Amino acid sequence: MIPLLQTRGLSVGHRGRPVLSGIDLSLGPGQVLCLLGPNGAGKTTLFRTLLGLLPAVAGDVLLEGQPLAMMPRSRIACLLAHVPQSLSTPFAFRALDLVLMGAAIRLGPFARPGAAETLRATEAMETLGIAALAEEEITRLSGGQRQMVLIARALAQGARTVVMDEPTASLDFANRIRVGRAIRDLADRGTAVILSTHDPDQAATLGDRALLVGRGQVLGDGPVRGVMTAERLSALYEVPVHREALSGGGLHFRG
Amino acid sequence: MSERRLTPLLLAGLVAVLLTGVAIGPFPLSLRQIAAVLSGGGDSQSATVLWNIRLPRVLAAALVGAALAAAGAAYQTAFRNPLVSPDILGVSAGAGFGAVLGILLGLPVLAIQLTGFATGLATVALVLFLSFSLRGGGQVLVMVLCGIAVGALAGAGISLVKLLADPEQQLPAITFWLMGSLAGAKRADVLAALPAILAGLLPLVLLRWRIGLLALGDDEAKMLGIEATRLRLMIIVCATLMTSAAVSMAGVVGWIGLMVPHMARLLTGSRFDRLLPAAILTGAAFMVAADTAARSIALTEVPLGILTAVIGAPVFVWLLARGSRGWAE
Repeated sequence: MIPLLQTRGLSVGHRGRPVLSGIDLSLGPGQVLCLLGPNGAGKTTLFRTLLGLLPAVAGDVLLEGQPLAMMPRSRIACLLAHVPQSLSTPFAFRALDLVLMGAAIRLGPFARPGAAETLRATEAMETLGIAALAEEEITRLSGGQRQMVLIARALAQGARTVVMDEPTASLDFANRIRVGRAIRDLADRGTAVILSTHDPDQAATLGDRALLVGRGQVLGDGPVRGVMTAERLSALYEVPVHREALSGGGLHFRG
Repeated sequence: MSERRLTPLLLAGLVAVLLTGVAIGPFPLSLRQIAAVLSGGGDSQSATVLWNIRLPRVLAAALVGAALAAAGAAYQTAFRNPLVSPDILGVSAGAGFGAVLGILLGLPVLAIQLTGFATGLATVALVLFLSFSLRGGGQVLVMVLCGIAVGALAGAGISLVKLLADPEQQLPAITFWLMGSLAGAKRADVLAALPAILAGLLPLVLLRWRIGLLALGDDEAKMLGIEATRLRLMIIVCATLMTSAAVSMAGVVGWIGLMVPHMARLLTGSRFDRLLPAAILTGAAFMVAADTAARSIALTEVPLGILTAVIGAPVFVWLLARGSRGWAE
């Protein structure tokens, strides 16, 4: 089976200078990959390259088997959705209008969203349990609610791979749980999710696989349990890290 | 308010303002006279006043208002900044420079329009060229700052032209024109500006839903499948075309491009596809009303730019004080 998202010998960086090299990823339907690494490790650069916003220094990114570099934006958006860390618009759109924007790939250049698109957007919001927010102005929503609205937009967009930039950073405890549940929901529907996080516990809970990056290279890539060892995380963050097995089968990391 | 109810309401408002504008003047026309002339009858004096003076003038005002308001709404979305206006890229100053240069050289009216239009476009081309060749190429902030710099340069050019102008004949004409006025609007001016304004307006109206996605920023719009850089460039060209055409016809009339989109946003919310038609209709009606007032509140005509600033500045402060409805703090 062709992986949804794949990289081959990928080096990412700026102006031809690599900051992170040797990335060979392969992500299939329903898998959640967590990207871990210290600040400045190149996580954002890697994401921008995966999204086609930054050219690769070397190697390829493949979406459903086809090279991303050759695709027009409309094609990329059919295959890949992005959930940004925060929303940066000064205009007070309604939440439903923001979710409707996920329909752009299905509409002709002169078209506006109609009943079919509205239904789809509403369904996406219902799936995530935020239908009540539809008429709210996004500038009045909490960080967690906005994150859920952005995830609903990715759902309405219908791409089979979703890239999420620190989806739970700056969220309170309850919203972290809600967003985490939404991510697992996406995966259960067959979506491949790649997300970055600074929280190893979260990676162990949410992720099927982990990718550890630091000092310009990949320090670990594989199933969460195998990759996220105390030794590797200690080396990654350059502080001693201890790993504990929880009674339910989960993992907990502490300093 | 829903779109289906708002648009007819604004259209009716515009028609009422247009009729009032046609009726009011030194030779007042009653509604019956207007109806008679429009249907091909009426006395010859009424017909002359209507066809040669009033109608060109109210239509010119409506066109200028619609163009400036639409350009303002488009710039605000394209630059993701609710406080920008057609002046932001130096367009108004650039077009103004070309037009006063035309007056200085004693060119005919149509040629003055063309020079204003050419320098308006040249200004925006220079701003785009500079901002794309500087570090951080094409960033919104860089572009806006380049616009301010080039606009200041055009302002210096205008001052130079005023210095060189004949103080008896040309200088008053230039000064009056710079204050913004439709006093000389003729049928030929309207017909000259109409194609440019329609050519700028049509793509914006057709693409209005997609344009709204640019409010999220380039990267996010791209991830939704929009060729954001190309679309933004197209918006800038269209909005500049309209602004230049409006400035060549009416002079530098400020505030409309900033104030009217905000007023329309109060009615429609932030979605650009709903905002744009409302801004066009509101801008047209506002300008016709302002121009009618400008030529009838005093014995001598009040320059339009003075009136729009006197109305615009307090309204804008009121909008600021009213809070952030339509845009975040």
